Amino acid sequence: MKMVKRAFVAGLGLLFGASPAMAAWSDVNLRVGVTELSREIYNLHMLILWISVVIAAAVFGVMIYSIATFRKSKGAVPATFDHNTTAEVIWTVIPVLILVAMAVPAAKTLVKIDDTRGSELTVKVTGYQWKWQYEYVGEGVSFFSTLARPSDEARQLNSGIAPTSVENYLLEVDNPLVVPVGRKVRVLITANDVIHAWWVPDFGMKRDAIPGFINEMWFNAEKPGTYRGQCAELCGRDHGFMPVVVEVKPQDEFDAWLEAQKAARQAALAPAAQAAVLAPTVDTTVDTTVDSTAALRVANAE
Amino acid sequence: MSSTHTHDHAGHAHDHHDDHGPAKGFKRWLTTTNHKDIGTMYLLFSLLMFFIGGGMALVIRAELFMPGLQLVDPGFFNTMTTVHALIMVFGAVMPATVGLANWMIPLQIGAPDMALPRMNNFSFWLLVAAFSLLILSLFMPGGGPAAGWTLYPPLVLQTGDALPLAIFAIHLAGASSIMGAINIIVTIMNLRAPGMTLLKMPLFVWTWLITAYLLIAVMPVFAGAVTMLLTDHFFGTSFFSAAGGGDPVLYQHIFWFFGHPEVYIIILPAFGIVSEIIPTFSRKPLFGYDAMVYATASIAFLSFIVWAHHMFTVGMPLAGEIFFMLSTMLIAVPTGVKVFNWTATMWRGSLSFETPMLFALAFLFLFTIGGFSGLMMGIAPADFQYHDTYFIVAHFHYVLVPGAVFAIMAGVYYWLPKWTGHMYDTKLANLHFWSSAIFVNVLFFPQHFLGLAGMPRRIPDYSTQFADWNMVSSIGAFGFGLSQLLFVLVIWKCARGGAKASAEVWDGARVHGLEWSVPSPAPYHTFDEAPVVK
Repeated sequence: MKMVKRAFVAGLGLLFGASPAMAAWSDVNLRVGVTELSREIYNLHMLILWISVVIAAAVFGVMIYSIATFRKSKGAVPATFDHNTTAEVIWTVIPVLILVAMAVPAAKTLVKIDDTRGSELTVKVTGYQWKWQYEYVGEGVSFFSTLARPSDEARQLNSGIAPTSVENYLLEVDNPLVVPVGRKVRVLITANDVIHAWWVPDFGMKRDAIPGFINEMWFNAEKPGTYRGQCAELCGRDHGFMPVVVEVKPQDEFDAWLEAQKAARQAALAPAAQAAVLAPTVDTTVDTTVDSTAALRVANAE
Repeated sequence: MSSTHTHDHAGHAHDHHDDHGPAKGFKRWLTTTNHKDIGTMYLLFSLLMFFIGGGMALVIRAELFMPGLQLVDPGFFNTMTTVHALIMVFGAVMPATVGLANWMIPLQIGAPDMALPRMNNFSFWLLVAAFSLLILSLFMPGGGPAAGWTLYPPLVLQTGDALPLAIFAIHLAGASSIMGAINIIVTIMNLRAPGMTLLKMPLFVWTWLITAYLLIAVMPVFAGAVTMLLTDHFFGTSFFSAAGGGDPVLYQHIFWFFGHPEVYIIILPAFGIVSEIIPTFSRKPLFGYDAMVYATASIAFLSFIVWAHHMFTVGMPLAGEIFFMLSTMLIAVPTGVKVFNWTATMWRGSLSFETPMLFALAFLFLFTIGGFSGLMMGIAPADFQYHDTYFIVAHFHYVLVPGAVFAIMAGVYYWLPKWTGHMYDTKLANLHFWSSAIFVNVLFFPQHFLGLAGMPRRIPDYSTQFADWNMVSSIGAFGFGLSQLLFVLVIWKCARGGAKASAEVWDGARVHGLEWSVPSPAPYHTFDEAPVVK
């Protein structure tokens, strides 16, 4: 009962704009994000939104005026015209011009998005049911990234744990992807079982992760921080529970982090190397993945 | 004067058909070949499916009422989103427009019945079989289909025993649609009253003619795609598996080559209904009739070359993305022409606001909003953000619910007195309109905000920042769902009795179509002798 009442009050509050949540623009609009691409996409979004608003105001204005004025109840006598070539040509041509004006900047942004050349770091992202694997190509570092435990416990059916009591509910992982700030990062995206999609709204981009194929995208985050997103392609039962978290760090911190990862991995591999002559050398094949994830766990536990 | 005329006509029909009336009882409905009976069955079937699909939508919205999982398992949640969509698209909206076509196309073109009446009966009962299979699939080991209505592999191949049932359901529903489409084309091409040239046909007939061609073109494509799923799953083929040399994205191309025209299969008849209603209640001829026909045809043509805008994120080559972005944006032009022409029809008219007109006006405003969000998503770079979020959910529900469904409801209210011979309860009907129109916006408008703020679609639980708008949306959903009980009540009351409706029903409607020249209710057999159209 209390819940229903709370819902009702919240609903009314939102409807009439009284809730403080309304104050946050980011709750109702696209994020500007922290990359050049996300900013351009945001600007395209706002441009097409405002064009739509202006056209809507004009068209709805005429409709509302007609509804208010040409009423039978007011004794309006219907006209008999049934076409007007001039008007029809105008309202065919003007939209074409608006669309062309819209298409040009959009195509320019597409070209930019498509250009993955000159990247300074390549990360391979692999989607699994239901986690992500990140692999620093050529660095010998790779690990899995799964939903953080507090969220995972709270999200069970009737867990009794209030989602509001969990920090970053459903948007926290055990091992985030870490990248340096101000560097062009190329992301290779694939999947191991079904199709997933890797998406960080603040980077402006999402790409499908398709088993058997590798997609490419890039981003260049301009501000250090933690950026959160989610899988954006239905991938089965726990589709809603495989978030993407990216930590953007200053170059030196990133370098230190990467070195620590490598060291931890070496430490974890060392006993194995002593035990077996055929121990794998440092490379980026999937075989080493498990080891390096274990290494990461060791590193995190310390 | 018109009432005398009506009376004569009715008397005539009655005398003539006394011994040719419908059979009694269940057999009438099982074996009927009468377009009016079959139309009624399609419409009632669609109404039933509307409530079953709506019940599933309420399960979804109830779970999404607050963050955290309270009611259902995530797997079952996915089944609900999947089957809700399949039922609403193929079981509710499409059969509703087919039902209207069955009832109204013969009446509007002065034909005695559909051209292929036995096939008409068969196509209806196939649909019943199809949806029985689909609903049975919910009870199979492994649960119902849960890969989304688009049935993307490889995920869909993880479905349990429900998979073949769902696929055969689609085969049957597709066969039913194709038969219905053939019937409509043959009827329109062959049974028009003397003098009714193609460019004198009512817009509803025109939009359905074009829709029928779309159906014939793409339903087999969909059937092919799901059959390939079937063989991938059971017979070891690898059409959609990279491990065997196939490509999961191939499925998406095939699916959307069907799927995008499918969007227009749903909306073109709705355009037709609205193009009938707005002139009647504006007491003015439809503005730009020819342009409306050409715009419909252009939309149908363009619908075949825009499919990959559903797939901007699959990683297409740059040229492909630019092509599909431009072709998609182009659709705004003929669609704009339609909206402008409807507006111009109202301009300097003499408007009155009976329930069908209210629904048509709500369609005009709210479909246009859906059109704008569609245009936004056509901008490929922006779609990288919008794709697979609640923004798209808001978009297609705006074009489907206050778009297609409102147009269908407008059509039902418009023609209901013709079908039953009674005027519906105006007060209840207007209450149905206002509660639907308000709640549909409470339900779907906040979903734009959710999508832009970053909430993916098809998730059973969400981060707490999305809580407020989800709650509002769920309140709207329950309000909208309950409002539809009024719809049933109005139809029920109207079928049972009410003020007698004249042949013309609406003030001055006679000039707007042949259907208003036959008595209300329309006799079991109409136009035994073809009327002459000047």
